[in-house]
Amino acid sequence: MIRVPSSGGLGRRLLRSNLLEALAYPHGIDRYVELVSPLLVKRDVRAEVSGIFHQTPKSVTLALCPNENWRGMQAGQFVGVSVEIDGARETRPYSPAGSQHAADDVLELTVSTHPDGRVSRFLRDHGRRGMVVGLTQAQGQFVLPEPRPERVLLISGGSGITPVMGMLRTLCDEDFPGEIGFLNYARSPELALYGPELRKLAERHDRLYVARAFTRGGKRALAGRFCRQHLRAVTSDHRRAATFVCGPPALIDSVRSLWSAEGLPEPAVETFTQPAISFGTERAEGVLSFAASGCEAPNSGLPLLEQAEDAGLSPEHGCRMGICNTCSCRKVQGAVRNALTGAVSIAEDEQIRICVCVPVGDVVLDL
Amino acid sequence: MSTAESQLTRDQLEAFGRELDAIRARVVIDLGQRDADYINNVIRTQRGLEVAGRGLLFLSLVPPAWIAGTAALSLSKILDNMEIGHNVMHGQYDWMKDPRLNGKTFEWDTACPGDQWRHSHNYMHHTHTNIVGKDRDIGYGILRMSEDQKWRPYYLGNPIYATLLAIFFQYGVALHDLEAERIAAGDTTWGEKRGMLQDIWRKVRGQTLKDYVLFPLVSGPSLPLVLAGNATANLARNLWAFTIIFCGHFPEGTHEFTEEEAENETRGEWYYRQLLGSANLTGGKLFHILSGNLSHQIEHHLFPDLPAHRYAEIAVHVRDICERYGISYNAGPLHKQFGSVVGKIVKLALPPRAGRGGPKPDRNDAKARRQEFAALA
Repeated sequence: MIRVPSSGGLGRRLLRSNLLEALAYPHGIDRYVELVSPLLVKRDVRAEVSGIFHQTPKSVTLALCPNENWRGMQAGQFVGVSVEIDGARETRPYSPAGSQHAADDVLELTVSTHPDGRVSRFLRDHGRRGMVVGLTQAQGQFVLPEPRPERVLLISGGSGITPVMGMLRTLCDEDFPGEIGFLNYARSPELALYGPELRKLAERHDRLYVARAFTRGGKRALAGRFCRQHLRAVTSDHRRAATFVCGPPALIDSVRSLWSAEGLPEPAVETFTQPAISFGTERAEGVLSFAASGCEAPNSGLPLLEQAEDAGLSPEHGCRMGICNTCSCRKVQGAVRNALTGAVSIAEDEQIRICVCVPVGDVVLDL
Repeated sequence: MSTAESQLTRDQLEAFGRELDAIRARVVIDLGQRDADYINNVIRTQRGLEVAGRGLLFLSLVPPAWIAGTAALSLSKILDNMEIGHNVMHGQYDWMKDPRLNGKTFEWDTACPGDQWRHSHNYMHHTHTNIVGKDRDIGYGILRMSEDQKWRPYYLGNPIYATLLAIFFQYGVALHDLEAERIAAGDTTWGEKRGMLQDIWRKVRGQTLKDYVLFPLVSGPSLPLVLAGNATANLARNLWAFTIIFCGHFPEGTHEFTEEEAENETRGEWYYRQLLGSANLTGGKLFHILSGNLSHQIEHHLFPDLPAHRYAEIAVHVRDICERYGISYNAGPLHKQFGSVVGKIVKLALPPRAGRGGPKPDRNDAKARRQEFAALA
């Protein structure tokens, strides 16, 4: 669903006028407007938290009302959510769990907390109604095909339930006539998300089969990790189902290997995991990827600027000693060590000075 | 120089560098909400002053409104350029990962395009600080600010050029990275600088349109007063920025260096050059904020990418280190430092007085320092 921006009132049209933009040069009118109302800006996508509740002790569910700049999404896609923690903006991808036909464009985010998850813990502990968060537009190809297939199989594990929950709700809202299998893995019943709603949906829709497996689940029918037998509980024929898998890498690997063993086409998969950090700073390892140039090189252990130059690129640079900031470049992902301070940083989408940063394992640069 | 400095051995210089690195590391680890709140507050204040100033100027048919509006707009431009623009463009707030405060893309309310400033200031000036022939902040290509610049009859106009530069400072800064004197000398051509000229034109056009066309036009009957108010605010910012910036490296006692001296510097030696080449201004908290904390020029040159509002607390440790290593720390009130800069501008307008009892003491000292420096390198 792509929304057409509403024509808006006179005030909104005035805010978008070229005259006002020229009067606010060079900062732009948004840099003034946001100090009065952060949602009224004309470029950035932002959302206000309009509701908040806890389904389990390790999760928080937020209702987000995006501003006019939000262009809508398809179920299964993810959005980058930015919050400010101790002065610094942190952005993480989350897949909204709501139906793409939800009224008022409200996004439902269910965020599962991890012991090291700064953003997830911040949202659980400090999320409150009225809080404004930054959003990216919806991204990702993990979406239901058009026209809808006859049979859909949704497999998820842990927090990976959210995009397939969005798909399930979307199909239910569309009165999808085909068969839907919904197989979800959780550690224990206490940590299982969306239990009551899944039961309700299963009662209402004849051809929806919901099954939950608990990996630490004791003596229930479906216990342990994914296996072929579990599929019987949710689908009449997994070989003819359009399959979507979201969860930890181990779940995705086991579904993939079963599918390939049976000669089936690759299922659609999605996983969000932190990059593994290797601290082998003595011996260089990993691969350096220059995303904008589309080339790669093995990490030689030299500062990123020198490695980029060795790879034939000519990044902008100045002092080559970490003071002038001319070479500052966005690190998309990976760990780097600052050669001046020895500090290792693993943050995604971070500006770094490539003249003094040395990669630690795989690094992707926006160069 | 006011105090005799002890000779630093190579080992001492390295230890000195490590102590400064340690200060930096301590601050970097501590960066957080306090710093974000600070810069966000300054921005909110600047935007408030700007909106209030422009608003009052609309009412400027009432004289007090003109005065208040012009004052508010002047303060807004000073904050925008000095405490916000200059510091954000150094990457001081990049750790916040806020695209609005990204040092690589930030743009400020002055004629100079941010990208050219990042090159001429962040790189050329901060890397090659006070190296005659490399640091174009020494005289901006038009003034004689160092005895190492060979005197020519042209420099008789030094005080006049300096006055004009102060009045039109934003345009002087805008043309800074063009290196017009190199074009005049035939080292490069206008053709090669075409892209830069286009960028300068685009920025100057936006600034001019805003301050000298659109705001006066939309103000109706107050048009001439708004025009005058905006011009006055730009002038006030120009004079203030010139004064603060010239007090950073040119008061009596600051050192200049040759390219040979700065060759193959270690980090400790680089810090040492930054210290000897910079001078601080003493004053109250508001004064420091309005100077963009360039009143802590020494700390700024040691740590150009640390949030500037931290320099006051960093200065305590830097002074302590300087005392222990016997390095002089050049600081004085604005009137004294600026007076000494004016003196230098006037003195250097005249040819060196050869054969009159040898070189002057401070010159002697600078030479000694240089030999010491060269011996280390």
